[in-house]
Amino acid sequence: MKNSPRLSTLNNAGTMLLRILFAAVAAFPIVFMLVSSLKPDTQIFGDMSSAAAFLPVGNISFDNYAAVFDRVPAARFLINSIGISAVTVVLGIFINSLCAFALSRMEVRGKRVVFTVILATLIVPFQTLALPLVWWVNQLPYFELSGFSLEISKGWLDTYQVQIIPFIANAFSIYLYHQYFESIPKELDEAARIDGAGWFKIYRQVVMPLAGPATATVAILTFLPAWNSYLWPLMVVQSEELRPVMIGIQYFFQLNVSWGEVMAYASLITVPVVVLFIAFQKSFINSIASSGVKG
Amino acid sequence: MNKRFTRILATSITAAALVSSLGACGKGSASATSEGSNEITMWTHNAGNVEELAAIQGVVDAYNQSSDAKAKIKVQAFPQDSYNDSVVSAAAAGKLPCIVDIDGPNVPNWAWAKYLTPLKLSTDLSANLPSTVAKWEGETYAVGHYDVALAMLARASDLKAAGVRAATIEQPWTEDEFQDALTKLKALGKWEYPLDMGTAGSGEWLPYGYSPLLQSFGADLINRDGFQTADGVLNGDKAVEWAKWFRGLADQGFMATKSGKDSTQDFLNNKSGVLYTGSWAADKARASLGEDLVVMPTVDLGNGPKIGGASWQWGVTEGCANTDAAMDYLSYSLKPENMAAVAKATGTIPATEEAAALIPEFAEGGANRIFMDFSRKYAVMRPETPAYPFIATEYGKAVQDVLAGADPQGALDKAVKAIDANIKSNGGYKN
Repeated sequence: MKNSPRLSTLNNAGTMLLRILFAAVAAFPIVFMLVSSLKPDTQIFGDMSSAAAFLPVGNISFDNYAAVFDRVPAARFLINSIGISAVTVVLGIFINSLCAFALSRMEVRGKRVVFTVILATLIVPFQTLALPLVWWVNQLPYFELSGFSLEISKGWLDTYQVQIIPFIANAFSIYLYHQYFESIPKELDEAARIDGAGWFKIYRQVVMPLAGPATATVAILTFLPAWNSYLWPLMVVQSEELRPVMIGIQYFFQLNVSWGEVMAYASLITVPVVVLFIAFQKSFINSIASSGVKG
Repeated sequence: MNKRFTRILATSITAAALVSSLGACGKGSASATSEGSNEITMWTHNAGNVEELAAIQGVVDAYNQSSDAKAKIKVQAFPQDSYNDSVVSAAAAGKLPCIVDIDGPNVPNWAWAKYLTPLKLSTDLSANLPSTVAKWEGETYAVGHYDVALAMLARASDLKAAGVRAATIEQPWTEDEFQDALTKLKALGKWEYPLDMGTAGSGEWLPYGYSPLLQSFGADLINRDGFQTADGVLNGDKAVEWAKWFRGLADQGFMATKSGKDSTQDFLNNKSGVLYTGSWAADKARASLGEDLVVMPTVDLGNGPKIGGASWQWGVTEGCANTDAAMDYLSYSLKPENMAAVAKATGTIPATEEAAALIPEFAEGGANRIFMDFSRKYAVMRPETPAYPFIATEYGKAVQDVLAGADPQGALDKAVKAIDANIKSNGGYKN
């Protein structure tokens, strides 16, 4: 039985209304953050019990943003986080896809065991590894160019690489790539092989170009924890000039907290994440959906 | 396709190169183990606290420029909430700096863990507020430039409207008077809750803010005779009485079980009539309320008003390669003018009378002098035992359980059981 056009319009309107409602619920915290970042503290608290909390009304200014840069070297922290996250993402895509490719396409004895062991690491929470890892990274050799001579010292603490290298290899990224590569017909490899391609050529010219959605997902899933990284830099970085953005948020929690500044800083560090998600959202959703079906 | 992948590969190689270059340019400053004799590092919890950090940097700069300086001091600031985690990680890696600041009650724990070495200063500390000198097992391990004090803030106009007298240091409110005051203030109908006890607070606020109330009832966090058990002290009749009283404040509608995130701001926005807070809120409140602000001592719940003693202090680490210079700097930083500079920047109570005389607000007759009097008269040190951080955590959980409606005796028994087990498993925290 077909619905009447009137009923169908009502249904559509209802669905749309529900969507708007869900979107509004999801957007409220972000709107509140952005709006509050423009208000003085007294007004933030004063507006709290009315709809004005979500509207840029009253005493609006960019004073909180100016104060953020007085309290925190925000530009430095942002540059650090962008650099650390970008390098982690790019190297993560390369290393994890290579690993997944080997596990998916190559006939290597024991690869199932290796894959299982890699997956098993997913159940170990990082917090349990953090302190031993601090000890380990402090034992690693450090190479530094001093003029024309190469100096070797011990310990990676208080460096950029200690914030990057431990997070390049990622079991979940390997799993995502592996699942995606499994969906790419192996006949393509064989055809390429007949044309004289080696493993690396197959990887870079056949498989990877078809794995765009997986790459987008891995990019986002690697970027987010790198951007949000808090515990690890707290433990391994002492110099202010090397700190990432998330450590900066703690700068605001003094005895008398300036909530307007907190909101301004939170807005500043949220923008890059939102931009990244908007840029990749189609591929991200595609990949999550497809790996969910196939996984 | 080929070009696309080549681009990805090229980007990866660039990224790898970037890691190397970041590594080359991104090595932070030297830590303790690599510190030379001419530069030593000092860690502080003041990142983001612009005023205090500037004051400390000022003292350091003056020392560095003095001809008697035994080393150049380099300041590294960390955010307060995560400062202890940074120190513990650095200690695990053997990378502690020479000088650290420490929240006073944690000093015995850090001394027991061999993070700190006993101080050997050229400064006489006998005139300092007792709560600014941290001792453990007869040795002084840390010394502070200042202390803070708990107090209650109210508006004189509200008290007058309710017909309630303002508590004074000579005559604090008794438990009954407090009950009466809250009943009358609530009857004014101005606030949903007339009292804000900062119940949304967490971490060290819970033991710092609420254990003095427990102590005023006659209980304590631990039996201070040997610091080996909390049994009978933290879960005895007096402690249960405290817990019931505390929960009763919420049950009677005097305070919220979870206050707003910023109690001071709520008080200034007239969302509460009496604010239980510390000296750090006074300047902001005075700027907003002016003459209408009343600063009162905490309530006498049977054993006199009590407030927590000890704030942030300075110590020297055991692995410091230049202890002599570190001690020299600390002695220098304890000059009255230096202590006054830090206390003035932070609105805290200067550690000595000499320093107080340099700050009009804390000199005799000054608006904040009352906090110095509170500190001298009411301060109780939090238990000077290495078990303190664990005790503080367990007590904090008990406070939250009581506020959430748990059986007071059960909540305190649980805390005692955990504390006693911890002390036992650490061999009694013997040195």
